[in-house]
Amino acid sequence: MDRDKTIAEERKGQQSFLNYISVLLMPVIAVIFGLLIGAIFMKLIGKNPLQAYQVLWNSSFGSLRGFYETLVNTTPLIFTGLAVAFAFRCGLFNIGGDGQFLIAYTATAWVGYVISLPWFIHIPLALLAGIILGGVWGGFAGYLKATLGVHEVITTIMMNYISLYFTGYLIGGPLMKPGALPATPKILESARLWRVPHSRLNLGFMIALIAAALIYYLLWKTTIGYEVRAVGLNPDGAEYGGISVARNMVLAMFISGALAGLAGSVQVMGLEYRAYQPFGFIGYGFTGIAVALLGKNHPGGVVLSALLFGILSRGAMQMQSLAGVPKEVIEIIQAIIIFFVAAEYMFTLIARKIKRRRGGISLVNQ
Amino acid sequence: MAGKNELALDLRKITKEFPGVLANDSVDFQLKKGEIHALLGENGAGKTTLMKCLYGLYQPDAGEIYINGEKVDVTSPNIAIEHGIGMVHQHFMLVPPFTVAENIVLGSEPRRRGMLDEKRAIEDVERLSERYGLNVDPRARVQDISVGMQQRVEILKALYRGADILILDEPTAVLTPQEVEELIEIMKSLTEEGKSIIFITHKLKEVKAISDRVTVIRRGRVIDTVSTDSATTSDLARMMVGREVVLRVEKGPAHPGEVILEVENLKAKNDRGLLALNGTTFSVRRGEILGIAGVDGNGQSELTEVLTGLRELEEGRILFKGKDITNFSTRDIIETGVSYIPEDRQHRGLVLDFTLYENLIMGNHYQPPYARGIKMNYNKIRKEVRRLIKEFDIRTPNEDVLAKSLSGGNQQKVILAREFDRDPDLLIAAQPTRGVDVGAIEFIHKRIIEQRDAGKAVLLISLELDEILSLSDRIAVIYEGEIVDILDRKEATEEKLGLLMAGAGTRRAMGGGA
Repeated sequence: MDRDKTIAEERKGQQSFLNYISVLLMPVIAVIFGLLIGAIFMKLIGKNPLQAYQVLWNSSFGSLRGFYETLVNTTPLIFTGLAVAFAFRCGLFNIGGDGQFLIAYTATAWVGYVISLPWFIHIPLALLAGIILGGVWGGFAGYLKATLGVHEVITTIMMNYISLYFTGYLIGGPLMKPGALPATPKILESARLWRVPHSRLNLGFMIALIAAALIYYLLWKTTIGYEVRAVGLNPDGAEYGGISVARNMVLAMFISGALAGLAGSVQVMGLEYRAYQPFGFIGYGFTGIAVALLGKNHPGGVVLSALLFGILSRGAMQMQSLAGVPKEVIEIIQAIIIFFVAAEYMFTLIARKIKRRRGGISLVNQ
Repeated sequence: MAGKNELALDLRKITKEFPGVLANDSVDFQLKKGEIHALLGENGAGKTTLMKCLYGLYQPDAGEIYINGEKVDVTSPNIAIEHGIGMVHQHFMLVPPFTVAENIVLGSEPRRRGMLDEKRAIEDVERLSERYGLNVDPRARVQDISVGMQQRVEILKALYRGADILILDEPTAVLTPQEVEELIEIMKSLTEEGKSIIFITHKLKEVKAISDRVTVIRRGRVIDTVSTDSATTSDLARMMVGREVVLRVEKGPAHPGEVILEVENLKAKNDRGLLALNGTTFSVRRGEILGIAGVDGNGQSELTEVLTGLRELEEGRILFKGKDITNFSTRDIIETGVSYIPEDRQHRGLVLDFTLYENLIMGNHYQPPYARGIKMNYNKIRKEVRRLIKEFDIRTPNEDVLAKSLSGGNQQKVILAREFDRDPDLLIAAQPTRGVDVGAIEFIHKRIIEQRDAGKAVLLISLELDEILSLSDRIAVIYEGEIVDILDRKEATEEKLGLLMAGAGTRRAMGGGA
């Protein structure tokens, strides 16, 4: 009896392990294809792909400094990737990451320079400012969806522009430090995040990892996550189970906005120490969509895919200067990766065909 | 007919395995030309899997398919269609805003100068519809026609693509009794025109009424193929479930106690903004089952939704144990002690992509022992859920599988387990046995009576008169959103109820005016 039980459990363990492998398989294949096709493009324009990829590798893993820089690039993408993933778990598509980023970025800068406080109050307060502003910015779109049925894709896009011009006005006007540069004054020391000596890598990266862990906990270990996921998978079923669809939509968009907002806060507190007037969207929000997609809307996957995008964006610069490969090639690679992940269904079909030809023997079924 | 003994279809030793389940175990199935062949079995017995293998939706792991004597490798529905196989699914695959004609020609449209030749499409459909006595209006929009009509559109769609072999997957599940009669006529006229029909069902009565031969499947194996005349209903039932089934439910007399639910003059609109409940009034006592009988679409769905807080009430009052709970939220209603088996288990009752254990706690998920504060206690949850799976005989490898991988009857048991475990004062059961097999029906009926005997008030809403008659202690008939009469079970007969359901009890029908 005990023996049966252990065998059953062992099998269960194996199965879940195989599940993990099969979930990871697609993104990995996508990345390999992306790099292969990128290589073909480089060949076509007469560049040496091997050399370029060597540069790409070395840019992140060739030196400690390079690795730190990669993590700096990764940090905001973890936040915006989590933002998109969390909203998606509730069945919502948050395209407003950039708007939420900017509004939080500005709010955090203001809190950072306007009052002098001890660091253990100032830092949480500055982060909180970003969380709340970003959250409200996203939550408002959720509110419109829940009460009036306005589609969140439309509202978040429009809120992006409101945010862009509003923060542009604030930073270029009321919040601007008199002088030549259209930017706020520098935030006080007490609001700055600790940095690894001689690098730009700061505590923001740790905060991003903590956020990912918290989101994982929230989604799968709490009633909040249970309800958010239920609404995302079947709103009618959730409603019947006594779960308020409207409330969860607003909540999910608030949390999503808060995560994107944190990207802005950390940008100010760990990196730039002030808010610069934006001339356009930085694109973290949009890249966040790709990060979430590649990461299968799972916090762990988001961290890994954010890292990949961080490596690619760091490598893009170096490939251009050292290997003479235009940085657009990296964008092509990114696009192909996203394409392959999005077209996963096609691969599932092909895999099924291959399996059939081999006589339908599959490891998973045994 | 000369070709009567020729085989239209010959399935040999079809085997299909899913992780953990042998859905078809070397199944042989033969369809003669021009016959109606019933495929009978419980939910999860493997009927639908077999047909999906035939239609190219699944690939069998072993076995051969011969269509008109020719061996065919059916790797996709297109190949099945090419060989004259048409399938009418249980859930219709129609485009609601399109017209009937547009739906039928969709995918193989007649064209003129690259554009849809609408005139020809309509003519084609009219011709086809007349030939088989289907009587559909090709210009009507699918969203405006009844479910029965939509089913005919599906049949026409298959015929339009040249189907000679029709697979009807539980076609009567969604129909009213009259529509079932009409469908039987249609099926007969189709076979007279030389079509062969496979009729998937788990309703014994219909097998007897419609089919020429019947093949019984149980747990993935063929039990027997017999000619329908030579088998009695109870023979078939025994073959199907492997034991004698009591088709009549045994129950003792009711001992009604105090009034639990009292509704007065309920008025509510349906999704199209029309008044669906028009002054509904009744009450349910502890220890009795009140059945609501009526033809589909007379306000039953709206009634259950209003009672469970899913639809807003325009007027009227709902009293629960004397307390006014009008327009309470669903969660508050659950908390006051109401359980609810919804009529649409896939859409309302379950989150199909949630695991079994996540589904089994839905509605109680935020309360102890499942959660404390916002933290969920998965050890406790699993322990409780395993108990429920055992108690309600839910057939599943474990509690981690997704709800959508269970058969219909087992899905319904999941809902039952969850709702009964809440120990409610009032149980609202809407179509509790829709689309589940005989074995599960018996199980569900027994459990509902147990609830009554445990002193709960039960409100049963069902479109199946048999179910109403065998379970209810009192029967209320709903017609156009009004309760036209409430009968004691003893005085209710099928005829009486039939008349009331058709509107004979309304003031208008009883002599105009007032």
